[in-house]
Amino acid sequence: MRERYEAVIGLEIHAQLKTLSKIFCGCSTKFGAPPNTQTCPVCLGLPGVLPVLNKEAVNYTIMMALATHCNIEESCRFARKNYFYPDLPKGYQISQYEQPLAKGGYVDIALNGNVKRIGLTRIHMEEDAGKSIHEGSGNTSLVDLNRAGVPLIEIVSEPDIRSPEEAVEYLKRLREVLRYLEICDGNMEEGSFRCDANVSVRPFGDHRYGTKTEVKNMNSFRFVHKALEFEINRQIDAVEEGDKIIQETRLWDTNRGVTISMRSKEEAHDYRYFPEPDLVPLDVSIEWQEEIRKKLPELPDEKRDRFIREYSIPAYDAEVVTSSKALAYFFEGCVKEYNQPKVISNWIMGDLLRELKLAGIDVDESLLKPYQLAGMIKMIDNGVISGKIAKTVFEEMYKTGKDPDAIVKEKGLVQIKDESEIRGFVERVISENPKEVEAYRGGKERLLGFFVGQVMKLTGGKANPAVVNELMKKKLS
Amino acid sequence: MRKREITSKEITESVFARIDQVESKVRAYLSLTDERAYTQADRADKAIQSSKEDFPYLLGIPVAIKDNMCTEGVRVTCASKILQGFIAPYNAKVINRLEENGYVHTGMTNMDEFAMGSSTENSSCQVTKNPWDINRVPGGSSGGSVAAVTADECIAALGSDTGGSIRQPAALCGVVGLKPTYGRVSRYGLVAFASSLDQIGPITKDVTDCAIMLNVISCHDPKDSTSVDLPVPDYTRELGRDIKGMKLGIPGEYFISGMEPSVEKRVREAIRTYENLGAVIVDIALPHTEYAVAAYYIIATAEASSNLARYDGVKYGYRIKDAGDLLEMYMKTRDEGFGPEVKRRIMLGTYVLSAGYYDAYYRKAQQVRTLIKGDFDKAFESVDAILTPTSPTAAFRVGEKTQDPLQMYLSDIFTISVNLAGIPGISIPCGFTESGLPVGLQILGKHFDEEKILQAAYAYEQATEWHKKKPDID
Amino acid sequence: MPDNWGSRMNITKEEVEHVAKLARLALKAEEIDQFSQQLSDILTYAGKLNELNTNDVEPTSHVLPVKNIMREDKVSGSIEREKALINAPDRTEEFFRVPKVIENA
Repeated sequence: MRERYEAVIGLEIHAQLKTLSKIFCGCSTKFGAPPNTQTCPVCLGLPGVLPVLNKEAVNYTIMMALATHCNIEESCRFARKNYFYPDLPKGYQISQYEQPLAKGGYVDIALNGNVKRIGLTRIHMEEDAGKSIHEGSGNTSLVDLNRAGVPLIEIVSEPDIRSPEEAVEYLKRLREVLRYLEICDGNMEEGSFRCDANVSVRPFGDHRYGTKTEVKNMNSFRFVHKALEFEINRQIDAVEEGDKIIQETRLWDTNRGVTISMRSKEEAHDYRYFPEPDLVPLDVSIEWQEEIRKKLPELPDEKRDRFIREYSIPAYDAEVVTSSKALAYFFEGCVKEYNQPKVISNWIMGDLLRELKLAGIDVDESLLKPYQLAGMIKMIDNGVISGKIAKTVFEEMYKTGKDPDAIVKEKGLVQIKDESEIRGFVERVISENPKEVEAYRGGKERLLGFFVGQVMKLTGGKANPAVVNELMKKKLS
Repeated sequence: MRKREITSKEITESVFARIDQVESKVRAYLSLTDERAYTQADRADKAIQSSKEDFPYLLGIPVAIKDNMCTEGVRVTCASKILQGFIAPYNAKVINRLEENGYVHTGMTNMDEFAMGSSTENSSCQVTKNPWDINRVPGGSSGGSVAAVTADECIAALGSDTGGSIRQPAALCGVVGLKPTYGRVSRYGLVAFASSLDQIGPITKDVTDCAIMLNVISCHDPKDSTSVDLPVPDYTRELGRDIKGMKLGIPGEYFISGMEPSVEKRVREAIRTYENLGAVIVDIALPHTEYAVAAYYIIATAEASSNLARYDGVKYGYRIKDAGDLLEMYMKTRDEGFGPEVKRRIMLGTYVLSAGYYDAYYRKAQQVRTLIKGDFDKAFESVDAILTPTSPTAAFRVGEKTQDPLQMYLSDIFTISVNLAGIPGISIPCGFTESGLPVGLQILGKHFDEEKILQAAYAYEQATEWHKKKPDID
Repeated sequence: MPDNWGSRMNITKEEVEHVAKLARLALKAEEIDQFSQQLSDILTYAGKLNELNTNDVEPTSHVLPVKNIMREDKVSGSIEREKALINAPDRTEEFFRVPKVIENA
């Protein structure tokens, strides 16, 4: 029954900009400072203070707008969004409303071999609120205003998303762009990258939108997926039961795995926006845009296409190695050292990504350097080490950050190519396995692999397999 | 003082002695900062002794400050219960400017709560009286600052003007009050009422003092995005320059029925005085004048409703005891903390911004604001300055208008267009009514043309004796 | 009031209560009555603006043609925690303290 419905999802992303200071005052934006130590009269909302716009926050917003193919408006301005909450010191949030900085861009996502375009409605600038802590303080809540005034951009998508998978893919893409631009950490757990979703359902083929709900409090990609899945199914079930969907805000409850209604906030949704009189209009000239455009780094899509073109690696490989800026740098660094792009991407997609995932870090936070991976691969190709030994070398290299030749030397992992040395092992294996020798000679030639394996075992993998193979064949015949 | 005939300490002492003598009748101050004042006076006297010349403008001069300008370490109340106990942890830009120029801080003066009012009766603390007749109001909202200057309880004062709050009380008390061009003086540290209209300005005994004070407080402030980066001239420079040939516009719309006859009479006489001084009097039209009050009360209250949202009992000021939950804390704190006029304006401002009404009220008012500004732009194509009455009436009795808010709003009818257009305006004394109450003449200029209106004001002052008249506070 | 000020606005008590909630003002019954009357008066007066055709008029929110005022991205000006919290009606060592928000009340 659920298959007869499609979901319609639009996402609102809030991304904290990595400026040094807050959007309207000079306080630091650093995460994790002791409570209420990064405040000043302006972000405390003391009587009489005034905001002054941080130019770098504007630059970053322009970067994001250009990177997502938005139109930058000739003139934009700030507006006040009025509502009361203890972590909102002025009783209004300075945001953009009627005139955002950018409108109408898009982001391409790749899913199951297809590319889909997700439209962007707008990107605007605003200030973050502080934090309210509700737990563990009895009948009271505690307020920390360190975060109040940290610059945010809000990226609003069109309702183009049709499944939780698409939503997650879209989020990952956007985060990738933000990280490539180095304007946002993209950390969902710490809240520097946040996502709210507008969700509705409708029978396939119906072009009208159903009543939507707004889902909040999803602080990881996994929870976004789970929350959307839950909410879509909840709505389908409700519609099937003949119930009406209520337009409301719902919170994702991680523990219970459900979305719950937060009706109490609903009645007061009248934000009384009006132009912020304390800030003057902002005109982003063509010259300003071009100046920023010139400084834009190569973006993930461009990079991916170039890797396919320049290094002749498969599209899939290119997609994976450009999934983070650091990884793409790493890949190119390796290729520069040793021009074997496909072998390098294999190692990156296999051993390296497994280790990184395990550690939960990006490659630039690991000890491994591109020249080391490239050097190790060169050692394989030159027959210095075997592919099997290389696995050990890689592990050690990743763990310690030591160079591959040092590890090989230290651990005596150099391949044994010397025939006379290998002959001894061959003879030993033949003498220790008379039954198998007999069987082999009786026509069971598949057993060659067994004998080679035994030699490799005895040499701790160091014997050159080709030499072993050849000698073994000769001895057995 | 520069001739070392008198010290700052002596001046300061005489000011505080005067305060002792008349303050119980006038009630201009909400708090006195005598300790701070004497420290500053000492510093000034030492500076005078140790250096030869080039003293800053206000070295050793006692100045009173309206109680809505943040002064570090000083209690700032805006005459509101909601700011109970608030000690400002920083200085307003104007206070820094005064400090750099050696002023002596006498105290914080009474005002209508959050500068909302035209009589200073909306103060939650006390009613300030007009020194010319203590049964009458001094005007407002800077009534405390104006009364203090009038009663010699300071040498000069700062006020703020959102719709006439400097000029109207200056007129009602017979002193000089100037609202500078929007953007001329930094608003940083001025507790906001209506951000797009508020401006700080001087209140003084004569035009020369006014020009000196303006020299001190004018500047470009990077902390105020609406402050303008234009050079500050020496505003005393043009004082005394002949006004022969100066074109002065008289807008018919400012001479309405319902105006107090003796006010109109004094203003007409002042216009004749200008004619005698060689100015060219030109009739002009400001056709949208009658819409100014309506547009103003929409724009100002909308901005105020938002500016006053920060008084929520969380970070500073008053909070009710024993609130059950957050909503109750908010609602009761704000209900008890704000006085009736402030609540009325918050309600009005919230209403005009609420869903469905924005276009009909706020946007419409902003469009009318464009028309009003356009009237002045057009007028200044043909005249150098404009002469009008400052207020349609002389000082009214305490309690006379408190029951009818709309009537009170209409007493700003001649001053608020100026704030909507952002132009500078000065009120100077131009005589007295039959019952002996001061009348004010308003002179308006182009954006950043304070020099011109000061020049015109000074010429009139030189030709008359009004500014020398003192009230007899017995 | 002259009757040429356009049609009479009538702000109901319910509207006053709604606006008071938005503005976080716990008005007393007599205040609600009074404001309903006074806001009606003032808004009726404001209806005067409708005499003007403003279809082609740009709204003014800034009287001066000032644009693009920005500051450099530099860290400065934070104050000590004690100074930030000192005026708070209720606080802990480190935080502002407020009565709990009651959701779904």
